[in-house]
Amino acid sequence: MEYEPVIGLEVHAQLLTCSKIFCGCSTTFGEEPNTQTCPVCTGQPGSLPVLNRKAVEFAIKIGLATHCRITSYSVFARKNYFYPDLPKGYQISMYEYPLAEDGFIEITIQGMKKRIGIIRIHMEEDAGKLKHGETPETARFSYVDFNRTGVPLVEIVSGPDLRSPQEAGEYLRRLRAILQYLEVCTGDMEKGTFRCDANVSVRPKGETQFGTRTELKNMNSFRHVEKALEYEIKRQIRVLEEGEAIIQETRLWDASQNITLSMRGKEEAHDYRYFPDPDLVPLKVGEDWIEEIRQSLPELPDRKKERFIQEYRLPEYDAEILTSTKAMANYFESCVRLFPDPKTVSNWMMGDLLRELKKDEREVDQCPVTPQHLAGMLSMMKDGTISGKLAKDVFEEMYRTGDLPEKIVQEKGWIQILDTGEIEGAIKKVIQANPKLVEDYQRGKEKVFGFLVGEVMKQTKGKANPKLVNELLRKKLKG
Amino acid sequence: MKMDIEKVARLARINLSEEEKKTFGNQLEQILLHMEQLNRLDTSGVEPTSHAIPVVNVFREDEVRSSTPREKILNTSPAQEEGHFKVPRIIE
Repeated sequence: MEYEPVIGLEVHAQLLTCSKIFCGCSTTFGEEPNTQTCPVCTGQPGSLPVLNRKAVEFAIKIGLATHCRITSYSVFARKNYFYPDLPKGYQISMYEYPLAEDGFIEITIQGMKKRIGIIRIHMEEDAGKLKHGETPETARFSYVDFNRTGVPLVEIVSGPDLRSPQEAGEYLRRLRAILQYLEVCTGDMEKGTFRCDANVSVRPKGETQFGTRTELKNMNSFRHVEKALEYEIKRQIRVLEEGEAIIQETRLWDASQNITLSMRGKEEAHDYRYFPDPDLVPLKVGEDWIEEIRQSLPELPDRKKERFIQEYRLPEYDAEILTSTKAMANYFESCVRLFPDPKTVSNWMMGDLLRELKKDEREVDQCPVTPQHLAGMLSMMKDGTISGKLAKDVFEEMYRTGDLPEKIVQEKGWIQILDTGEIEGAIKKVIQANPKLVEDYQRGKEKVFGFLVGEVMKQTKGKANPKLVNELLRKKLKG
Repeated sequence: MKMDIEKVARLARINLSEEEKKTFGNQLEQILLHMEQLNRLDTSGVEPTSHAIPVVNVFREDEVRSSTPREKILNTSPAQEEGHFKVPRIIE
């Protein structure tokens, strides 16, 4: 039987505010444990939370950018459960009245556009971090750091609209790009500022009812999300084929074994006993505020892509990749400003640049080759200072050392030979060394010409202008 | 209606003696009965309220204030080690 997976994703994104959501503690990452806490975020009796305006503004931005309706009335609720990373015994979240509802994100899968629904976006506070003892003496203990407790989060819940791990990956990349364009989240899965849980079920193809789902957690890269989904879909199909039933449960992705594992028994049927938080008054977002924020939205990936196609006459494929992150798009535009040949810039970025970055798992804004470097190199290529072939070497050298192309070309003596006298000298040597081939050519064997050109290039260590070599060699051979 | 006092106690991580179960069970049952009475009112024309005061949108600006000194916060707990709160091992 053919099966179809049904996937929905819950994304938690940390908002880039300076202070926490309900108190003035700093949100700086990586500080000494428990140095960024206060009575509010550690839940001391009598302390009162006050909502960070900027956090609300950021959440509204996300809602607008994902085509959601911003609700006119939202309420913070207490989600009650006990876990040591949660000092109050409840997490402040939103339940019945989220901040935004009913939006979508458009993804492109194999050239086809598809809309993925956003069911809701709500605000909540992050929990602390647990470290577990690793030595025999400490193995019985866990160690709690509350620095992250109270950092503002949004939870973005997609509809059950994704039909493959690849679609899930695309959705996540697109969503992350939007958050980064908005400058409201760093979108770093490894550092945990962008986290994803997945709900997945399978059903016979053509069936309209959903199958029983499992929830996958603990995936901290895009790759892991896709791999965990692939594994889980196969596992569920296997269970069904064996005539057994899927158990609704939470499963953890184990990246060292590439499997998902049941959290067995840990899951006492959740009863969070949500109720409105009496310490926080409701949030009423008026039309004026929404409009003001809408006006402040930057150009988002979809629109930027359209503009790149129009303004720079780029193919859709190029535009899609160049706008996939804000950093890429900025790099491209800075480079085109210095070297106004968009397609050539695009080719180099999508070719050599991305290849090197991918190899080193670097982001474009950490690239040693800046737009100035690349534009400088392209200019030298254009005015004939270096050949296209040498440009590749210059690029690699720039990437390796971070030196400017002028310096590299100077130091390596890679300046292209345009001096006809010097080229003619090399031609003479090649002709003398290959009398047989020269004869063949003169008898009409056109094929050997390319070989002779190559020999001349070798003589000049690749620095001769290939066009000149061609011209001069032909002239010489005609004799 | 039957109050599941054991479930409520379990969710709140409270150990109750048989006698306490009876006492609190009865008390909570009374509260729920009262709520049931309120539920009989026709509120179809009344907007739901979550708070007793008619105030909305109370904000603070996104400004960092100094945090509590670590020792002071740590000392509110029974056990600490190397800047962390120390708790029985819990792994979910």
